[in-house]
Amino acid sequence: MHPAPSIVLFTVLSGLGLGLTVCLGLGLGPNEGLFRWIACALALAVAGGGGLCSTGHLGRRDRAWRAFSQWRSSWLSREACLMAAAMAVFGLYAAIWCLGGVRYWVLGLTASALSLATIHSTAMIYAQLKTVPRWSVTPTSALFLATGLTGGLLASGAVAGLVGAAVHGWWTALALVVTIGVVIWWQTSAAGAVRSVDGSTMETATGLGFMGRVRLFEAPHTGSNYLLKEMAYEVGRRRAFELRRIGAVLGLLVPLVFSVVALLVGSWLMVLALAAHVAGTLALRWLFFAEAEHVQALYYGKR
Amino acid sequence: MTTLPAATERRLGLVIDLDICVGCHACAVSCKEWNTGGYGAPLADTDAYGPDPSGTWLNRIHTFEVQPDTGPAQIVHFPKSCLHCDDAPCVTVCPTGASYKRVEDGIVLVNEDHCMGCGLCAWACPYGARELDPLAGVMKKCTLCVDRIYNGNLPEEDRIPACVRACPAGARHFGDLGDPSSDVSQLVAERGGYDLMPEQGTRPVNKYLPPRPRDAHQADHETGPVSLAQLAEPEAKGFLGWLDKALERIG
Repeated sequence: MHPAPSIVLFTVLSGLGLGLTVCLGLGLGPNEGLFRWIACALALAVAGGGGLCSTGHLGRRDRAWRAFSQWRSSWLSREACLMAAAMAVFGLYAAIWCLGGVRYWVLGLTASALSLATIHSTAMIYAQLKTVPRWSVTPTSALFLATGLTGGLLASGAVAGLVGAAVHGWWTALALVVTIGVVIWWQTSAAGAVRSVDGSTMETATGLGFMGRVRLFEAPHTGSNYLLKEMAYEVGRRRAFELRRIGAVLGLLVPLVFSVVALLVGSWLMVLALAAHVAGTLALRWLFFAEAEHVQALYYGKR
Repeated sequence: MTTLPAATERRLGLVIDLDICVGCHACAVSCKEWNTGGYGAPLADTDAYGPDPSGTWLNRIHTFEVQPDTGPAQIVHFPKSCLHCDDAPCVTVCPTGASYKRVEDGIVLVNEDHCMGCGLCAWACPYGARELDPLAGVMKKCTLCVDRIYNGNLPEEDRIPACVRACPAGARHFGDLGDPSSDVSQLVAERGGYDLMPEQGTRPVNKYLPPRPRDAHQADHETGPVSLAQLAEPEAKGFLGWLDKALERIG
């Protein structure tokens, strides 16, 4: 599938920002004045900015507001509605906390629950597509939730580091270990999630399997088209292994080491851990799209 | 709401006969011609006269080669457009409500005034039946020529989809597949019409008729080539046969 930069940025940034709202809503992080201002602003800016990124690939951006209408049937619409609700409730929680110094727990827990539901909905936009086995037969929701929550913990730690406050101790390292497990789980199921995993082959696509083995003799047009550019994307596959290694090291291992070392050296190290995590997650998320195969390409001879 | 109707009053669709299609692309050209001037935004072409031409088409003709276990391979021309599925996944994923399936005839349409061009419906379709127009920024798909089939301004014989009207070989049929007594339903029953990718659970309305089995000359390649001269001049029998042999001896 075509890894549109706007979608890669949207899923990574909104996941990170919403992960941070979950942490702050649950009452994590110190109560210091500077921490709460920076952390709340960061959560709103990153989650909101990520949400805005999602409009980047739209053919008609002026109609994006219509995406709030179909929450009863569409995961994309649910994602938009939940994101707006999460931002509104967290905004109120943040305003009361920053200005009044009170962490109103009802609002905090509601914002956390809405944020978790939003991350799940984002994942379901992809996980619902039976046409893309790499997303639908794998634990995509668990992957997005684990990545988002870990990002949130790292971001909270980074802000604490910036203002010189204490970090969450071992919690971040624990979250990273769990996330590494989820990433390995997802990657293991994705390894077998080829086009034919649900039984779709060139033979079922054409219905000609009863006659023999099917091969594309001639494509409809000599040039390329939307279907091939969007759903038979193959650029960069050759370097996938190297990119995955870089993504795993930067996104998970470096933050794990840094979050442990930060307990000894000082919380400022969490800023570097967050930067590495974002860079690595962008690489892994790019692969999430670029390596996914669509059954439609069977009509173009791609088995 | 982009939910699917529980049932539709009619199930209008196409039946495509793979035994007859000659792969001339007339249906695709006719579709492009009609739909670029008909319902909704025109079907844009980019770099049409340059080195990398690309464009939006609602019907594309693939050509496959099928290799049986024994004997020569067979070429099958394969037109593909929207199948107007009963369980259309493209409809339920739509976040704006632009994608819908009509209750009265089962046609799957896009309201181009509401579509925001996110492309998720094209991702949800297993058949590659939807294409995002590069200029209009909205999703384009086969409308089953909804602006022809009910158009009282056209002569009656033209009130069928442009692809069906254009097909010079009679490989395309249009009708109500929900009515078991309709011509198309009977054709499907007679010829064993089938669904594409049934495992995707989309329950397509359009059906494909399989190529008929080839005549049984297949053994020829095992017994050696047929003498064509002998076929052209069959062996004479009776008096003519005696004369033929006698003359051959004299000659």
